[in-house]
Amino acid sequence: MTDRTIQYLLLASVFVIATCGLIYELIAGTLASYLLGDSVTQFSTVIGTYLFAMGVGSWLSKFVTRHETRVFVHAQFLIGLFGGASAALLFVLFPHVAAFRVPLYGLVGLIGALVGLEIPLLLRMLKDRLEFKDLVARVFTFDYIGALLASLLFPLVLVPYLGLVRSGFFFGMLNVAVGVVTLECLVADSPWKRMTRVLGVGLFAALLCGFAGAERWTEWSEHSSYPDPVIYARSTPYQRLVLTRSGSDVRLHLNGNLQFSSRDEYRYHEALVHPGLSRLENARRVLVLGGGDGLAVREVLRYAKVEQVTLVDLDGDLTQLFTQQPLLKRLNNGALTDPRVHVINADAFTWLGSAEGRYDFVIADFPDPSNFSLGKLYTTTLYERVGRVLEPGGALVVQSTSPYVARRAFWCVDATLRACGFRTEPYHVYVPSFGEWGFVLAGRDLLATEVKLPEGLRFLDERTLERLFDFPADMAALPVEVNRLNNQALVRYFEEDWSRYVH
Amino acid sequence: MFTEQGTVAGKMSGGTSRRRFLGSLTGLGLVGACGRRLPAFTGGLIGADAELGHRVRDRKFGATTKVVRTRAVVVGAGISGLSAAYRLTRRGVKDFVVLELERDAGGNSRSGANQVSAYPWGAHYVPLPSASAVEVTELFGDLGVIERIDERGHAVYREEFLCHDPMERLFLHGRWQEGIVPHHGLSAAERGEIGRFLDFTEGLKTANGSDGLPLFAIPVDRSSRDAEWRRLDGLTMAAWMDGEGYRGPAIRWYVNYCCRDDFGAGIDRVSAWAGLHYFAARSGVAANAPSHAVVTWPEGNGWFVGRLRDVVGNRLRTRCAVWNVEREGSGVRVDVWDAASETGITYVADAMILAVPAHVAARLVPVPNPFMSRSNETDFAQGGHEPGRIPGGETPPSTAGGTPAATETAPLPHPRFMGGPVSFPWMVANLTLDRLPVGRGAALAWDNVIYDSPSLGYVVATHQRLDPYPKETVLTYYRPLDDTDAVTARMTAFRRSYSDWCDMILSDLSSVHPELRSSLRHLDVMVWGHGMVTPVPGFLWGSERGALGRADAPVYRAHSDASGMSLFEEACTRGIQAADALTVGLEGRA
Ligand SMILES: Cc1cc2nc3c(=O)[nH]c(=O)nc-3n(C[C@H](O)[C@H](O)[C@H](O)COP(=O)(O)OP(=O)(O)OC[C@H]3O[C@@H](n4cnc5c(N)ncnc54)[C@H](O)[C@@H]3O)c2cc1C
Repeated sequence: MTDRTIQYLLLASVFVIATCGLIYELIAGTLASYLLGDSVTQFSTVIGTYLFAMGVGSWLSKFVTRHETRVFVHAQFLIGLFGGASAALLFVLFPHVAAFRVPLYGLVGLIGALVGLEIPLLLRMLKDRLEFKDLVARVFTFDYIGALLASLLFPLVLVPYLGLVRSGFFFGMLNVAVGVVTLECLVADSPWKRMTRVLGVGLFAALLCGFAGAERWTEWSEHSSYPDPVIYARSTPYQRLVLTRSGSDVRLHLNGNLQFSSRDEYRYHEALVHPGLSRLENARRVLVLGGGDGLAVREVLRYAKVEQVTLVDLDGDLTQLFTQQPLLKRLNNGALTDPRVHVINADAFTWLGSAEGRYDFVIADFPDPSNFSLGKLYTTTLYERVGRVLEPGGALVVQSTSPYVARRAFWCVDATLRACGFRTEPYHVYVPSFGEWGFVLAGRDLLATEVKLPEGLRFLDERTLERLFDFPADMAALPVEVNRLNNQALVRYFEEDWSRYVH
Repeated sequence: MFTEQGTVAGKMSGGTSRRRFLGSLTGLGLVGACGRRLPAFTGGLIGADAELGHRVRDRKFGATTKVVRTRAVVVGAGISGLSAAYRLTRRGVKDFVVLELERDAGGNSRSGANQVSAYPWGAHYVPLPSASAVEVTELFGDLGVIERIDERGHAVYREEFLCHDPMERLFLHGRWQEGIVPHHGLSAAERGEIGRFLDFTEGLKTANGSDGLPLFAIPVDRSSRDAEWRRLDGLTMAAWMDGEGYRGPAIRWYVNYCCRDDFGAGIDRVSAWAGLHYFAARSGVAANAPSHAVVTWPEGNGWFVGRLRDVVGNRLRTRCAVWNVEREGSGVRVDVWDAASETGITYVADAMILAVPAHVAARLVPVPNPFMSRSNETDFAQGGHEPGRIPGGETPPSTAGGTPAATETAPLPHPRFMGGPVSFPWMVANLTLDRLPVGRGAALAWDNVIYDSPSLGYVVATHQRLDPYPKETVLTYYRPLDDTDAVTARMTAFRRSYSDWCDMILSDLSSVHPELRSSLRHLDVMVWGHGMVTPVPGFLWGSERGALGRADAPVYRAHSDASGMSLFEEACTRGIQAADALTVGLEGRA
C-alpha cells in the first residue's frame, strides 16, 4: 500500500471519528433532555463533559509510548461499543437507576476521553507522512467537516428516520469498521492481528444485531403514535405504559390513553380529592383505588388529619416507577415514599373482597370504562364492596369520565352509586388536557357543608369549589340505567357517546 | 382417571427444543418471520373411571369384610345425590353416608382447575328459577345466590354470580354478532320467521293449561296435564316446525342448537313438547336482572357441588362403587367396593336414596312397575317406544350376561330398563390459552357459539373474573355427539383417540380463531358416555318415565334421568323430594 493511500485512509479516519464523536455527544444531549427535561442545561452539561473528557484523553495520549496503531485500533473498538450502545443503554437504565446522571455523564466522559485520545494518536501516526503545517491543517479540517456533517445529519436524517437507538448502533459500526480497516492496512500479520480481527468482526456483528433488533426490543418507535417524544415505554403484565415529554410537560399514557399531563394534572387531582376530603373533619384513614401515579395521594397528604393512606393499584411496575424515578417522584412530591402511605399491588376488586380495614374516605380513580373488563370496576358490585369498608359517615369519590362528551356514562355512574344506597353529589371541572371532566362524590349520609381546604392549592378555593357542583344544561342529568355486572350499561354508554363525539 | 396421556405435542408440532432455539434467536432480532413453528401443547383424554364402572356392571367385586350400620345411604354424589344429602342434614338426619364411584363428587356437574382458572367439565349454568321451582329457589336463598327478596317480592340476586355482560355471541357470516339469536346478514323474511317463533314461545311462558297449571314448567312434572299440549310429545320438534311452517335455515339452526344444548340431541330427535319447553319454561324474575339471565361461575355448576359438599362434609365417601342392593327386613343392605382401600363394605341402613343414572340404577335395584305388561316390555326392548324413524334407542344387554352374586334375594332386573332411557354421549374439552381469543365483531362473551358448527361453541371460564386484565384463559368446548344414534355414537366416541379429538376441536375452532392454535398451551378432553337423558318422542309423558322416579320405600329415587331432561333444577328438586320422602318414611316407622 502506498504512503499516499495510507495518508488518505488516516485522514478519512479523522473524519469518521469526528462525525461519530459528535453524534454520540448529540445523542446523549438529546436523550438527557428527553428524559430529564430542561434541554439547555442538559446540552451544555453534556457538551462540557464531553469536551473536558476529550482534553483528558489527549493528555493521556502522552502515556502511549509505543504501539500507537494498536492502541488506536482498540480505542476505535471501544468507542464503537460504548458510543454505539449508548442510546440503548441509557434508555434501558433510565427507569432502573435512581441517579441517572451517573451513567449519563460516565458514558459521555468515557466516549469523550477515547475520542480525545484518538486525535493525538492519529497525528503521531501521520507525522512522518506529512509536513507539520499540512498535518495540522488537514487533520483539523477533516475534524471540523466531520462535525458539520454530524450536526446536519443528526436532526435532519438520523432522528426522524433512524431514531436515537439505531443511529447509535449505526455509528458504532462505523467506528469499528475504521478500526478494522486500520488494522488490515497498517499492522503486519501476527497472532495479535488475527485475534483483534476476530474481535472487531464480532463486535461489528453485535452492533449490527443491535441495529436490526432495536425497534423490536425497545419499541421506541412509538414516537409516531404520540405527538411528543417518548421518554419511557414499557409493557407491564397489565398494560402498556408510555411517558412522553415535551418541554416541561410530562404525560403518562396507559394503553394509549392519556392519564395526566404534568401541566394541568393539579386541576384534576385537586378536584378529585378536596371536594370530599375537605368536608370530612375526622378523616384519618384514606383508601385510594387505582391512581398508582401517586398524584391523588399527594393531594391527600396535604391534610395533617390524615394518618394513613392505603393505595391499591394492580400494576407494581407503575407504582415502582412513581416511587423511585426522580422526575416522576418530583411530580407526586415523593408521595409514595411518605411514611403514612402504604402501597399494595393487588386487583382492587379482589382486594376489597377480603379487606379488613375501615376507611373514612375512598377514592376510586380507575381507567375509563372503555372495555368490558374495566367496566366491572364501576358496577354496583364494586360499590357495594366499597360500602363495606367505609366508616359510618365516610365518603367515596369516583372519577366518572366526561359529563360533556359521555354524558350518559357520567350519569350512569351517578345512578349506579344511588342504586347502592349512596347519596351522591356529582361535580365537574375543566382540565385543559382532558376537557370537561366529572366526579361523583357519594356517602351513606349527607356530608357536612363546612369546607376546610388545605394550604398550597393551585386551583381550588372555596368559591371555585362551590361552582363545581353546578351543571349547565348540556351536561345535566338524564335518565340512564344502573351499571351492573350483567348489563355493563356504562361501557355501552361510554362507547356510544365517545364514538359519536369523535365522528 | 387418565386413560391416555398427551404425547401428541411432539408429533403435532415438532419438539420444543428447536422452538426454544428459534425463540432465543428471535430475542436477538436475527430471525424475523422465518421459522414460525406452532408451539407444543400438552393434555390428554380424561374420563370417568371406566374400569370401576365396568366392574359394577359385571358385579366383579371381592367379599365384604366390613359391615357398617347407618340410618340412610345416598348412592351417587351428583347434584341429585348432594341435594338429597343437603336436605337430610337440614331435616335433622345426621347419620348417613353418600357413596360416590368417582374420585370427585359432582357427576355431570364436576369441574377442574389449573393455575389459570377453574373450569367446568359438564354443567355450567342455571337459569333464574321460575315460580314452580320452589326447592331450587329456596336452595339459592340458602347458598346466598339470592340475597334477599325486595319490597315488590322480587328476588335480588348476588350480582357477581349472574352471568356478566356480554353473555352470548354468535359467529355468523364472517363476524361475531351480539346474542345467539341469528340476525346479522339475514333476510327480512328469515328475521321475521325467528321473530314469529320467539313471540309464540314468549306467549307460552305465561300460558296455563286447562287444569290451571303452567303449560311448560321446571320441574317438568309441575307442567299442566293438558292433553291438547301433551300430544306434542308424540312428534319430533322438526315435524312440529314443518307443520307450523318454520322452514328457514336460520330458525331451524337456532332451535336445533337450543335442543342440542339442553337435551344432547337436535330437533329430529327430541319431542316437540320438549323443544317448546326449552323456550317456554324459563320465566324466572329477578329484581336486578332480566328474566333470561343465568347464574354461573368459573367452575360452572361445580360451584354448587362445592357448597353442597361442604354441607355433607365427611359423610361423603368417594371411590366407593355401589354394586348391589338388597332389601333386609324393613331396611336395605348396600354392597360397596371401596377402591381406595380395596375393601368390600356392606352398609346396613333403614332407607336409601338412589341418585345414579337409570342404566346404573336398573342393575342395582329393579324398578317396581306393576303397570307394565310383558308385551310392552318386548316393545321397548326392540326400541318400540320411540315412534317412527327416531334412532337412538338402546337394545338392553341380555340379562344372561351378568351373573349377579346375590340372585337369591334380589329379583332379576326388569329388562325394560336395563338399557335405561335414551342418552347421547358428549365430548367436552378444556383449552388453556396464553391469550384471549380475538375476532371481528362483537367482543368475547361468556358463551360463544359458531353458526352451523357440529359443536355448541365454547364458554370462557375467566369471564366471571373481576380483575380487569385477564390475559390467559380456559375455554370449555362442548359437543353433543348426536350425528348417529346414541349407541353407535357412544361406541365411536370411546374408540376415538386423543389426537383425533384434538384435530376435530381445533379444526372447528380455527375456522373462527385462526390464531388460537398458537396460543394453546393445554387441551384436555373428556367423553361422557351417557351425557344427558334425551326426551325422545313419547318419553316425557309415556308411562316409562314415571316408573324411573317412583319410590318404593325404603328405596327412594332422585336422579334427573327420571325427569326426562337433564337439568340442575330437576336433579336438585328430585334430590330434595327424595330426602323429604325418606325422612317422612322413617318418621312414620319410628
Ligand atoms: C356436558 C354436559 C353439560 C351440561 N350442562 C348443563 C348445564 O349447563 N345446566 C344444567 O342445568 N344441566 C347441565 N347438564 C345436565 C346435568 O346432568 C345436570 O345438571 C345434573 O348435574 C345431573 O345431576 P344428577 O345428580 O341427576 O346426575 P349425575 O350427575 O349423573 O350424578 C350421578 C352420580 O352417581 C355416580 N354413580 C354412578 N354409578 C355409581 C355407583 N355404582 N356407585 C356410586 N356412585 C355411582 C356418578 O359417578 C355420578 O357422580 C349437563 C350435562 C352434561 C353431560
